[in-house]
Amino acid sequence: MPALRELEQAYGQARRHKPFQQEFQRYLRDYAGRATPLYFAERLSEKLGGAKIYLKREDLCHTGAHKINNTIGQILLARRMGKKRIIAETGAGQHGVATATVAARFGLECEIFMGKEDVARQSLNVFRMKLLGAKMRVVDSGSQTLKDAMNEALRDWVTHVRSTYYLIGSVAGPHPYPMMVRDFQSVIGQEARRQILKQEGRLPDYLVACVGGGSNSMGLFYPFIKDQKVHMLGVEAAGRGLRTGRHAASILGGEVGVLHGSKSYVLQDRQGQIRETHSVAAGLDYPGVGPELSYLRDRGRVRFVSATDSEAVDATQFLAEVEGIIPALESAHAIAAVMRLAPRLVRRRSVIVNLSGRGDKDMITVGDYLGVRL
Amino acid sequence: MNTEIVNPTVSRIKNKFAELKRRGESALIPFITAGDPNLETTLKILRALEKGGADCIELGIPFSDPTADGPTIQRSSERALKGGISLSRILRVVREFRDASNVPLILFGYFNPFFHFGLESFCRLAAKAGADGVLCVDLPPEESGELKRWTDAAGLDLIFLLSPTSGSDRIRLVASRGRGFVYYVSVTGVTGARRSLDGRLRSQVARVRKAAALPVGVGFGISTPKQAARIAGFADAAVVGSALVERIEKAKNSGEKAHQAGAFIARLKRAMKQASKKGH
Repeated sequence: MPALRELEQAYGQARRHKPFQQEFQRYLRDYAGRATPLYFAERLSEKLGGAKIYLKREDLCHTGAHKINNTIGQILLARRMGKKRIIAETGAGQHGVATATVAARFGLECEIFMGKEDVARQSLNVFRMKLLGAKMRVVDSGSQTLKDAMNEALRDWVTHVRSTYYLIGSVAGPHPYPMMVRDFQSVIGQEARRQILKQEGRLPDYLVACVGGGSNSMGLFYPFIKDQKVHMLGVEAAGRGLRTGRHAASILGGEVGVLHGSKSYVLQDRQGQIRETHSVAAGLDYPGVGPELSYLRDRGRVRFVSATDSEAVDATQFLAEVEGIIPALESAHAIAAVMRLAPRLVRRRSVIVNLSGRGDKDMITVGDYLGVRL
Repeated sequence: MNTEIVNPTVSRIKNKFAELKRRGESALIPFITAGDPNLETTLKILRALEKGGADCIELGIPFSDPTADGPTIQRSSERALKGGISLSRILRVVREFRDASNVPLILFGYFNPFFHFGLESFCRLAAKAGADGVLCVDLPPEESGELKRWTDAAGLDLIFLLSPTSGSDRIRLVASRGRGFVYYVSVTGVTGARRSLDGRLRSQVARVRKAAALPVGVGFGISTPKQAARIAGFADAAVVGSALVERIEKAKNSGEKAHQAGAFIARLKRAMKQASKKGH
């Protein structure tokens, strides 16, 4: 808790500190490769026969996903705070890779906590992190997935609180993380807003993003919050189907609870024990969701829908075939929702989908799903 | 059969500390996880702990994501959850224990199961069952207003943690909101037996005691009679969790678990008593 106070203070200062923000912007540009394009997906739009669909190409960021935006921001903060050691949790491994990447860039010691189950299904990312010089901590407690990795990272943090910076990858966890991660990811929405105004001459009618913890969706949505005419759609992972109980849809299938220091919708049983989750997309496999997204849902600002494992895999194939872009399975959930939404809209409507990551990491999973052995 | 009526103005915890103070002793507070591996065993262990000389008992409410606990208590929570535990069934065991005992009981757990149950009904039913205090390990005192309202209404003591990183603001807040005693975490980190304790512990405890008009108990990492005796030299209580839970884990059957637990507590209590005699 004193560590959170320290972080809140340090971030509060950095947020207002111009040189810090300029440095952040410079690394986003020169290291992460921003701005990412807002790409008009012409064939996708044609095939679906409705609204004009734009893809925000976060998959083109360095390391292959939007996660790098936040890790650059936080590593600069960690350096400013004089911390020597960085720890992070990871599910699919994308945040772990993005953390290991910036830790290598700034020469800081780095340990990544990852559930045993995830280590097994994301071996490629595990190898990437090791190559980047990070130490892997395999977590075999609980369900051996993302939430347990986060539990273990929290335990490590309270044990080494004075020297260690905990770099959380989503808009979840205790304050100030949800706010800070949202701020660092807001570059997505800021760019998209400028780009759509330039390309379409007006704001979009819909924003669509997948929601696990919620960092890519908050990043896209936040700069549009006050634009009341812009509809926002969060897409949760329905796994094998919402009725099967084997999913990761915290908002659609959960109840209000407290997990990892924030009050939000949480997947839990009748005793308030946190439930195990399932999604084909490891990055959505988290039983909670950012508290701000829960708030935006309660206020009716963001509407939530879901996509199943098989819809996500179908969407992956569809986007690959019509646009030559292979999305991450996480982002494919957003594509799946757009495949249902776009045909119902007239041609002059526009939709921005956050293509939060690229699909290379998922080829083995998709292959398995389709019965192809790689 | 105990026929005492629950009186919200008189705390069993407060009385116990007052009584020990008169005798010049420090309290020994064992921690066990409820339902590890089942509730029948828990009741047996509770009775064995009392017999062994426990002054107060912390009963852990298992949680799926025990972020403040080390491997020993994580495993015990997993065993309890596998056995299918519920807060209502735990409270029934509390009731059964209370029917034949006056040892103060503290429910030690994480916020979500309490919150999900409903804070008001949880506090009311816990007090009715005969619990005396609540410690919610992942609830910062700054956020404790609502729980505090219901523990106060039910006559339960709400106990808070302080740690070596707590600043004076935090200490003051705990001093004003806390009841029963202050639980001082001896180390930065999670629960679990440790070979050595921080050398500055004595002065840290003194600092907390000066700020709070409450007894100060020390926990996290205490595992041997020698360590417990040392704590007894300057703190009002020593809390022993992981070292006890480990013994329970290793013992074969229900009877053996209770026996081992009672014997271990008796050894710790003896060492603490000797230490306090020397000190006076």
